[in-house]
Amino acid sequence: MIEVQDIYKSFGDNEVLKGISAKFEPGRISLIIGGSGSGKSTLLKCMVGLHAPTKGRVLYQGQDFTRMNFDERIPIRKEIGMLFQNSALFDSMTVEENITFPLQMFSDMSKKERIERANSCLERVNLPKSNKLYPAELSGGMKKRVGIARAIAMNPKYLFCDEPNSGLDPKTSIVIDELIQDITEEFNTTTIVVTHDMNSVMGIGQYILFLYQGEKKWEGSNKEIAHTDVKELNDFVFASPFMRIAKKSF
Amino acid sequence: MFFNSLGKYLILLKSVFKKPEKWAIYRKEILHEMYSVGVDSLGLIAIISTFIGAVMTMQIAFQLVSDLIPNSIIGQINRDSSILELSPTISALVLAGKVGSSVSSQIGTMRVTEQIDALEIMGINAPGYLILPKILAGITMVPILVVLSIALALTGGLIGGALSGAVTPADYISGITDGFRGYTITVAMVKAFVFGFVITSVSAYQGFYVKGGSLEVGQASTKGVVVSCISILASDYAITAAML
Repeated sequence: MIEVQDIYKSFGDNEVLKGISAKFEPGRISLIIGGSGSGKSTLLKCMVGLHAPTKGRVLYQGQDFTRMNFDERIPIRKEIGMLFQNSALFDSMTVEENITFPLQMFSDMSKKERIERANSCLERVNLPKSNKLYPAELSGGMKKRVGIARAIAMNPKYLFCDEPNSGLDPKTSIVIDELIQDITEEFNTTTIVVTHDMNSVMGIGQYILFLYQGEKKWEGSNKEIAHTDVKELNDFVFASPFMRIAKKSF
Repeated sequence: MFFNSLGKYLILLKSVFKKPEKWAIYRKEILHEMYSVGVDSLGLIAIISTFIGAVMTMQIAFQLVSDLIPNSIIGQINRDSSILELSPTISALVLAGKVGSSVSSQIGTMRVTEQIDALEIMGINAPGYLILPKILAGITMVPILVVLSIALALTGGLIGGALSGAVTPADYISGITDGFRGYTITVAMVKAFVFGFVITSVSAYQGFYVKGGSLEVGQASTKGVVVSCISILASDYAITAAML
């Protein structure tokens, strides 16, 4: 389980996060949603240690991640998998090398075992036989899937996804969402997804944290979201005419 | 501003020289970088050094028009100028442009496309993994390139002198061998070692802290070259003052 307690984050005079607290349970997909500039990516970066919070704590299984130094964080980081908005695949490496890189760095697996693991990860994301391709040769959706394959290579306990559907067509977005859902159930990962894709919210949002101007405005499930009276959340979720029509059927 | 940047640079270097996670992976990267810094720069250094040696010989001959001075002095001046200053410094300035800009833009692109974040989240010491192999390649390959540059500058002088008639090959060879002091090579190697470190570390620093997008990567690359060149000239002065 991951717990964030009273997180504040400022960049100069700009206070981006204002006292966010939440619990993210294993085996469940938690979504952090909000408009642009609401602080959701900043919260995610504070949770994985890319940003140091100005105040507050991030606890992994009760261990205070924010107070740890680089070396103390390594055991927890080995249990983290992350899918980046632009996939962040290493350009100079093939798909197979991207996936086997963390295994090569941190495990005692032989080369054969690493390749077998890469193949099983690639099959898991429905991209078999793409081992020797370079990131530049992949489409946006394929990059996301390779990003997921790399993220799950080390059998992570915690899976973070930053805007996994951005830049993808609706059909591919659903494929990625289903993949995240399957992996969460299969590996019992604590999965945290930052998104503003309403299909994801309604489809896989078992726990949703809504941020508005750096503050937590609402939390609940996708079943509860249609019946909330929080104005900012309603404005965000039902911004499109389609969602307003759909709301009547909820 | 200057002290802020210097502090950040020193903190980055501290991270760079942390114990590597796995030497086998670093070894592969070091060899790759050595090839990139050394072998890929050979042609450029060879052409520049040969022509500078040839031109230097003709210019020295042009300035020493006197029956009282033996022609062999042309070779001697060319030798000492090439070893002590021209080969190390010109090579370093050229490499700052070629290698430095490549290092800055490569690391800067990795920063803006979140590849460095990906390394850090995996628990990998990103400065060590990305910068240490480049620095080790710089401090080993730049001295080798400088030795080659010296040899080619002297050869260029021989050819240029002979072709232009400024000095006969016999006088020139007599000049470059008479009164040779091995200490000048030591000075050149110290310079090359320091320049190799400066080019790779300063350029890597500029790339590592890029914020923004492709425009900022380009600016960091330019800044990396400019700061490297200034640092090379400043350290050239300091080493010369200290060792000669």
